[in-house]
Amino acid sequence: MHEWALAESVIKTAVEQSGVQKLKKLKEAGVVFGELQAIDREIFVFALEELRKQFPVAAACKFKVSTEPAAFRCKACSYEFPLKGLKKTKDEAEFIHFVPEMAHTFLKCPKCKSPDFEIARGRGVSISYLKGEK
Amino acid sequence: MNIDPRPSVIGERLSRVKRVIAVTGWKGGIGKSVTASTLALLLAKKGYKIGLFDLDFAGASDHLILGAKGLFPKEEKGLEPPVYEGVKFMSVVFFSENKAVPLRGANVSDAIIELLAITQWGELDFLVLDMPPGINDAALDVMRFARGAQVLAVTIPSVLAHDVLDRSLELYKKLKVPVLGIVENMAAKPGPRSVRRDPALERALGRPAALLKTRFASDLSAVMRRLHVI
Repeated sequence: MHEWALAESVIKTAVEQSGVQKLKKLKEAGVVFGELQAIDREIFVFALEELRKQFPVAAACKFKVSTEPAAFRCKACSYEFPLKGLKKTKDEAEFIHFVPEMAHTFLKCPKCKSPDFEIARGRGVSISYLKGEK
Repeated sequence: MNIDPRPSVIGERLSRVKRVIAVTGWKGGIGKSVTASTLALLLAKKGYKIGLFDLDFAGASDHLILGAKGLFPKEEKGLEPPVYEGVKFMSVVFFSENKAVPLRGANVSDAIIELLAITQWGELDFLVLDMPPGINDAALDVMRFARGAQVLAVTIPSVLAHDVLDRSLELYKKLKVPVLGIVENMAAKPGPRSVRRDPALERALGRPAALLKTRFASDLSAVMRRLHVI
């Protein structure tokens, strides 16, 4: 349930941004899950729905969740590769779930085997848009 | 729009921490991690609620100094650090299986922000941060997020280390980061900020009870008393 902590960050940021954008009520928020972090969507959405009750501005906000595929770029050989096909144990997947940067410890470029790659897309949780009433 | 939500909760995660001490050192091998770990043990022994966060991802070693094995945080609305010898302990080694963590600067920063956002420290009298060595984006991020953190700067009796120390103190001044004090480790003689070179220290590593009995711990405790920490 470490998803709860990240869901809390999404709600807090959405509420802060509603202030910045002078929105009286948040109607919809786009939440993007990076494929690499493998967030449990059900737990995360449950946490968001529970947490939004604490913030009047977000109480009726709907969350549209989408997943961004992970993409990597090797710094050593410039090869670009997806997450699919990279080998990892159940424990390693769990460690990457908590700290996505652990990918550099457990994954490697399929072409040159270097752990020195860039996570180009699909790392973790982000907010892509907010809609609300002014 | 692409907003990283994690920084918004870091303040709350640290809201019940009364005091944050960031143990820094701009040179390698000067005893920063041993100082941070022993300080955490000394404070825990005094009955304070203590957290220790090893932020030196590339050279994480607090777990070896403490002899902390087989630990893992509890997942409960975030991660609750395991308690070891009275210290709530968090380290990247929990997630790396003690393998190398080959991260570039921005990745270290990202991983630290992730852990700061999800770690539930709860109520603490002190959180001791074993800082990343030197000054880089990760160290700057920690200073940015751990508002009110006081720097405990570790150095050794060397003109090279002293020169680097001076530069670090100058920067902390510019960043308006308060400096709690200086620990001169591996000192030849006793002094108000000196922790003498202790040949017995190496043998005590990994054994908290033995570590607390070393001259190193005794000298560090004296320096901390002078700085009104203990």
